[in-house]
Amino acid sequence: MLDDFFIRAVLAGLGVAAVAGPLGSFVVWRRMAYFGDSTAHAAILGVAVSLAFNASIYAGTMLVALAMALAVSVLATRGQAMDTVLGVLSHSALAVGLVAISFVPQARSDLSAYLFGDILAVGRGDLALIWAGAAGVLALLAWRWQRLLTASVNEELAMAAGIDPRVERLILSVALAVVVALSIRVVGSLLISALLIVPAAAARGLSRTPEWMAGNATLIASFAVLAGLSASLHLDTPAGPSIVSAAAVIFALSQAFRRG
Amino acid sequence: MSALIEAQGLTILRPGSHDTVLQDVDFRIDPQEIVTVVGPNGSGKSSLIRALLGHMPLAAGRVTRRAGLRIGYVPQRVQVDTTIPMTVRRFLSLPRRVPDEVAARVLTRTGVEGVEARQLTQLSGGQFQRVLLARALLHDPHLLVLDEPTQGLDQPGIVAFYQLIAEVRRQSGAAVLMVSHDLLVVMRASDRVICLNGHICCEGTPRHVSSAPEYRALFGAGSEGTLALYQHHHDHDHDAACLHPHDHAGAS
Repeated sequence: MLDDFFIRAVLAGLGVAAVAGPLGSFVVWRRMAYFGDSTAHAAILGVAVSLAFNASIYAGTMLVALAMALAVSVLATRGQAMDTVLGVLSHSALAVGLVAISFVPQARSDLSAYLFGDILAVGRGDLALIWAGAAGVLALLAWRWQRLLTASVNEELAMAAGIDPRVERLILSVALAVVVALSIRVVGSLLISALLIVPAAAARGLSRTPEWMAGNATLIASFAVLAGLSASLHLDTPAGPSIVSAAAVIFALSQAFRRG
Repeated sequence: MSALIEAQGLTILRPGSHDTVLQDVDFRIDPQEIVTVVGPNGSGKSSLIRALLGHMPLAAGRVTRRAGLRIGYVPQRVQVDTTIPMTVRRFLSLPRRVPDEVAARVLTRTGVEGVEARQLTQLSGGQFQRVLLARALLHDPHLLVLDEPTQGLDQPGIVAFYQLIAEVRRQSGAAVLMVSHDLLVVMRASDRVICLNGHICCEGTPRHVSSAPEYRALFGAGSEGTLALYQHHHDHDHDAACLHPHDHAGAS
């Protein structure tokens, strides 16, 4: 069954969708959309570095994304004009990454695979990594769930309960870096944060508790993966953008039917 | 009787600078006491609270909390982000999960029974403060710490909220440490009032504080007195036991 490229693509997409729901919910709750963008854009630089040093693309993007996430976290604690700082970092990371990748001959040809994903080319090894990584991040989020949630609701309340908000922020940064690395083959650097944010935003209006929102976001992301991949197969559209477009349609519908 | 929290010589700096927010403050709260901290904006009230809770680094001095002390805390200006769907019931189980009957009991105690299924964002200001108070009561605290709990409430709401706190104290025997702007309402219910402005400028029973002619001059009548406090500037000595005439031009 795994011999079929389409089945592998579906399974890779569902693996990312499983973790995009809960992690994307935290990105929405903590208003980290730009944060997600900067981290994901940094992945292009990670690709350039990995190719230049002949290293695994997953390891390279994860390390660079993690470095970016930590840099942004440090800036966030300084706390002024965050949207500007993040806007600067996000687009600079992308630009520097594109410049860096132009020095790596073998990457120039399939640049668009890194920008927009190449889910139909996912192999068995990729699939194993994606599912192992997704399971790891889900386990991490499940383990820290109550703490992460309390720190997201109110840092003072979290501190009063003996929770250090900085630790929880760090955990989310690590989780984000891992998911960025997993997703680069699936939707590509430019659309990773869309896959995190759009399903979670669509789930917001349909959910009464954080857990329902995380679960609904995963369902919506999974549905978007299936719909986007079928569209891609039948209409010969690019897979990653088709997945995000499907999620966007669900978001639009969720807004139309939202109560209140 | 041992103090719940005792602090000596607290000095706190503004983060990232050498300006002192608080200088050489001694503090103590005993079981079942109601202590109110008053002072103008920026006088270090919230910093004092956060230092006593251990949320803030000290530049000097030390804080001793009684071993095993359980604190119920209502921070200043809690605003739950509208992007987080959160029922009252779910909120009460953060970060420690509590059984339904315990949740129902604290909500009843704070006069908001039956709101479990409501979203936090749908509550009125008064209901939300009562839910926060209910959450603070969950684990049988020895001490309730309330940082400006009536901010954003109207006058009847403020009076009702303080009646509730007095009632809760009577039932549970918990000590209460409160920061407030609502001087006249709050002081009557307090065992001890601390007036803070970067340091303790005066401290004592409400009667002691309010019997001082200087106090009357400052806080005399209604909102006019409250206004005077907001504008009192500190560039004078503090050798007297309590408040003395301050330079508060513009308060008339």
